[in-house]
Amino acid sequence: MQLSKEEIQRYSRHLIMPEVGMDGQLKLKQAKVLLVGTGGLGSPMALYLAAAGIGTIGLVDFDVVDFSNLQRQVIHGTKDVGKPKIDSAIESMLDINPFINVVRHETALKSENALDIIKDYDLVADGTDNFPTRYLVNDACVLLKKPNVYGSIFRFEGQSTVFAYPGGPCYRCLYPEPPPPGLVPSCAEGGVLGILPGVVGLIQATEVVKLILGAGEPLVGRLMLYDALGMKFRELKLRRNPECPVCGDHPTVTKLIDYEQFCGIPAAPPPQPAGGALAMGEIDAKGLKSKMDAGDKFVLLDVREPHEFQIGRIPGSILIPLGELPKRYAELDPEADMVVHCKMGGRSAKAIDYLKTVGFSKLTNLKGGITAWSDQVDPSVPKY
Amino acid sequence: MPKVMIPTPLRQYTDKKESVEVAGATVGEILGALTTTYPDLKKNLYNDEGKLRSFVNVYVNDEDIRYLSKDKTEVAAADTVTIVPSIAGGR
Repeated sequence: MQLSKEEIQRYSRHLIMPEVGMDGQLKLKQAKVLLVGTGGLGSPMALYLAAAGIGTIGLVDFDVVDFSNLQRQVIHGTKDVGKPKIDSAIESMLDINPFINVVRHETALKSENALDIIKDYDLVADGTDNFPTRYLVNDACVLLKKPNVYGSIFRFEGQSTVFAYPGGPCYRCLYPEPPPPGLVPSCAEGGVLGILPGVVGLIQATEVVKLILGAGEPLVGRLMLYDALGMKFRELKLRRNPECPVCGDHPTVTKLIDYEQFCGIPAAPPPQPAGGALAMGEIDAKGLKSKMDAGDKFVLLDVREPHEFQIGRIPGSILIPLGELPKRYAELDPEADMVVHCKMGGRSAKAIDYLKTVGFSKLTNLKGGITAWSDQVDPSVPKY
Repeated sequence: MPKVMIPTPLRQYTDKKESVEVAGATVGEILGALTTTYPDLKKNLYNDEGKLRSFVNVYVNDEDIRYLSKDKTEVAAADTVTIVPSIAGGR
């Protein structure tokens, strides 16, 4: 394999460094890297790895670009909203570097297809956003002996390391089990600083390039913690657990399992907030509007956070965040009819469960929360 | 006193504090005192059997207590105890 004249010109800043040079650039060109997810972490990885000249980059994604992605998913633009992420990502990558080959895997990574997809690559970079896929990527990489360059983010904090490197630890050595569903909020619920995945994704991209070049000290056996607010990096030691069920001395997991089940997620997802029949103790947005128009007397309780209340509110609502209810429920009349709402309906259901334990009984949950109100009643209320 | 670093997802249970100074000579004593001050933290750190949850790791300086003496790991006044829970965000 050789570099063309155009490629030599393009990669000149690599070629003049002894740590990369012609040999290193050819290694990059021959390398095959799979990126799982083209979201917050996947965007900077895909852009920089394409620019660096990784010869084959596989992308796994089946999502569609949404306006709320653009605050951080820099591979997609405003013109791409509504398009498959994989299309917009490939377009950006080939615009930066037409000398690479991008392979599309427009699917969700599942136990049924993961080994088949990953086996053709030299290494994997994990930019997914949920526990089942993270354990799936880990186990598949351990079974196939492919290094897994890991990064994850939450609000202002990031973690990164390299798993499944020969002799090194895996994700299950770090965290044997996932948290029960609902205990750890996702970025969609907890928010994320838009710049954060850029920093963490580029730590991952750096490790990908180093692993391919065989240069420097790989981030193996070390967990890098990044705190954007304090602007601090910290490093913790990570060990392979000899009793690890996947990468230990006597593994008990020797093939891929059902990761949704492993993560405690019920097989049939709960009904979606919009549409579908109303359960006991629920009202939909249109029902709430009619109740208001009819002049019914009731209390509309909003249990979101004050910063969400600032974004938009339903007229006449009073705000007591879910976390403050135990201290403040006395402000409410237990005899009053009450409709409780949040963003999507999840926190308000928890609030109702709590209020029942302290003697409230006339409680109704607004199905789909203020999001459904915006969709069905008043589009001037912004969705977020 | 040893300093305990609280990760972002758990700060909602510690009055938003990012670190708390807690007296104690072992990890067990320190986390015990911490969860006495902040009771809501307890169910996020320990399961019903009182064992540290398996998606929460605790480090004394840069060492994982699972590879030291777990709850009985000694902590000196100048040490930092760090709680590192599992996070999965990426999109």
